[in-house]
Amino acid sequence: MAKITLTPTKTPTLRLEAENICPDIFAGKSNEEIANLHVFVGKEKQALGDYFDIAGESGSTAAETTIVINGDVNRVKYIGMKMSAGEVIINGDADMYVGAWMTGGKINANGSVDAFSGLGMTGGELFIKGDAGNYLGAAYRGDWRGMQGGTIRVSGNAGSDIGTFMRGGTIIIGGNVDVHVGTHMEGGTIIVKGDAKTRVGGQMVKGDIYVFGDIEVMMPGFQYRKDVDIEVDGTTGSFALYEGDVGERHGKSKGETIYGKLYMKY
Amino acid sequence: MTDYIIRNGFVYDPILGINGDIMDVAVRDGKIVDAGDVTKATEIDASGMTVMAAAVDIHAHVAGPKVNVGRNFRPEEKLFRGVAGSGVKRMEGGFSVPTTIRTGYLYARMGFGFSMEAAMPPLYARHTHEEIVDTPIIDQGALPVFGNNWFVLEYIKENEVENTAAYIAWLLAQTKGYGVKCVNPGGTESWGWGMNCETVDDVVPYFDVTPRQIVDGLISANEMLGLPHCMHVHGNSLGEPGNYGVTLDTLKIAEGHKPNNEFGRESVLHHTHLQFHCYGGESYASKSFESKSKEVMDYVNSTDNITFDLGVVTLDETTTMTADGPFEFHLSHMNSLKWANTDVELETAAGIVPFIYNPKTFIAGAQWAIGLELGLMVKDPMKAYVTTDAPNAGPLMRYPRVYKWLMSAKAREDMLNNVLKYGDSIRDRCYIGELDREISLYELAMMTRAGPARTLGLGHMFGSLKTGLEGDIAVYPYNPESDTDDPEKIEYAFGNCHTLLKGGELIIKEGEVVSNGRQKRTFWVNAKTNENPVVERDISEKFKRYYTVTQNNYTVEGHHFVPNPYVIEVDATK
Repeated sequence: MAKITLTPTKTPTLRLEAENICPDIFAGKSNEEIANLHVFVGKEKQALGDYFDIAGESGSTAAETTIVINGDVNRVKYIGMKMSAGEVIINGDADMYVGAWMTGGKINANGSVDAFSGLGMTGGELFIKGDAGNYLGAAYRGDWRGMQGGTIRVSGNAGSDIGTFMRGGTIIIGGNVDVHVGTHMEGGTIIVKGDAKTRVGGQMVKGDIYVFGDIEVMMPGFQYRKDVDIEVDGTTGSFALYEGDVGERHGKSKGETIYGKLYMKY
Repeated sequence: MTDYIIRNGFVYDPILGINGDIMDVAVRDGKIVDAGDVTKATEIDASGMTVMAAAVDIHAHVAGPKVNVGRNFRPEEKLFRGVAGSGVKRMEGGFSVPTTIRTGYLYARMGFGFSMEAAMPPLYARHTHEEIVDTPIIDQGALPVFGNNWFVLEYIKENEVENTAAYIAWLLAQTKGYGVKCVNPGGTESWGWGMNCETVDDVVPYFDVTPRQIVDGLISANEMLGLPHCMHVHGNSLGEPGNYGVTLDTLKIAEGHKPNNEFGRESVLHHTHLQFHCYGGESYASKSFESKSKEVMDYVNSTDNITFDLGVVTLDETTTMTADGPFEFHLSHMNSLKWANTDVELETAAGIVPFIYNPKTFIAGAQWAIGLELGLMVKDPMKAYVTTDAPNAGPLMRYPRVYKWLMSAKAREDMLNNVLKYGDSIRDRCYIGELDREISLYELAMMTRAGPARTLGLGHMFGSLKTGLEGDIAVYPYNPESDTDDPEKIEYAFGNCHTLLKGGELIIKEGEVVSNGRQKRTFWVNAKTNENPVVERDISEKFKRYYTVTQNNYTVEGHHFVPNPYVIEVDATK
């Protein structure tokens, strides 16, 4: 696998829109061509090479390309946007939209990422060692098609509105989350190993949410059903199963109404 | 002003009876003139291409408050769809609800010169006009909605046609409107009581009138005034299985009415997006749902005072928006997507819901088929106009795709065999499989130009290349002799015109927009009526008692909101 390394050389005055930092776009390009790819700074078009030193080489296809970013890119947005294969390693913090709409491949963010990361993703893996911002794995504003596949794993905490309109895939948060988890959720799995605040599963119609810690205030639209002993991401334990959101429409399967499931660990 | 002569194109003009003859078309001072009359004209070589008068859209939702709500509540639709400005061109955005700029450019690229905004809530007419002004290039007008208006309901209940007419004339002048639109007559008002009018004989609560009376009364008032356009109806029970009976009942109300106007209009009733109104069966399932286009078209073909537009479903993800509030409520419960709704005091309502016409479902395919069937079954193409009820059945930019389906049996077969999942049951439940008619370019010119222009009462300005008409000419990169092999060429050509002259100004040159148009006009109708103290009193009374605005804040001040009007004067004092 070919490895290409980007080292930030200066801090952009405005936030850099760098959707071109993506294995699909780098693949098959010389380092010079990559340096000439555009980035937007506000409405101005500049070159990627103005902000990064580029070393190593990219592979002939996305799958054969690993992009390593050495340094803080907390003012660089859209890293790995729409990527379908290959790997991106970020050794530092990144700005918003990391791995947004990604369909495959792998992103390893060794620092933290800002909001809208994994937005609308349909496949691939997004691993975040630090914290994630708001709207992780959610839907783009206005859209009813949030995360549909793939895996997001955050070792630290996540912000608010994670998994909004989620339809598939898995989000695992090692730490705590802020308000609004899985709002309008229609599928997929969210696992929160720490605490959640309020509005967990609001308007949820389908899918699974697991909370290992406490939920500060439970939504009124969830009803306790039973206790279950299950294994969740390597942890075995006893969980209280709630179903909801009962105020919403719910489909049926084999005569049974399908509800969103909310598991709270004892 | 530059004169132009368009040389050696294949010219189609049903008004002049020109069917593909190779000839020259000339424009001087913004008007069409005899090709021999221009001397120092700029030449445009149209050899191997199709030349027609610019197209006229009789029904589209492209300006106004609900269009703008549609834009606001679908940010996801704009994502990755923006095109940056370049040269004279401004930035474009959006898909089913494009920005005003894109709307203007889309129309220009498709070779249109005029578009009628199909539903203007009178209270929000100012907003509608602001958007019209912001839409470049094309001339536009807007139809205020009357079918659920309290004045109209009260006058019609008492059978007061003269008062209805006086009120219509007043409202057209107040809102700078063009004609009479009627959406789900009575039904939208009934919805204020949690009800609907599902047949033409359902009674509107409180007002005690029926859709039949409303449609009949509005036709009578329209003809009493002698307006350029006829009554423009969106009937009851839109989209409901089994609604074709209601449609026939609605159409039959036109029996006995005669057109009265000085504009050459021959119809008294225009039924819009007829596709949504030709359904049989009891549900949307393939074992029950069926096309009733033949039943409806048998009737339409037997009349001479009804016109319609198709409203073809284009199988896209789109945004539905209509003054038919109860229908949108119903739709939002069918697809569980987001829903916006508003009531417009005393006048109307509106709802908006995104909708996906999925080719993998039977019903979307059947709807697609029914819209095309209507166009293929019409005996006189001057009666049937191509629309997608944009954006309800499909985005505006899909018009060329609809032309392709109408003009090529091969393209339809390809859809039924390869694109639609339930092609066989659609053949079984609809008439599409039996129809091998292919609309000719001559007929297409009737269905997109000559016909709509005549029914809008604008035949003296648009829709033909007759000497003296507006210099609105489109040249399409389509060779009717050698491009017949591939239907895709039709879609490409009619979406990417080579040349567009609008009012004699060069807007598109060799496929590129080179001007944003200097003379965009808003058409409205000023109908003079005799003084009517009863109506004047009622208006003043209603503003005092019910409206949340005063009359002064209601009027669309022409100098501000309609900076470049084209006023059609009608004298109804006789």
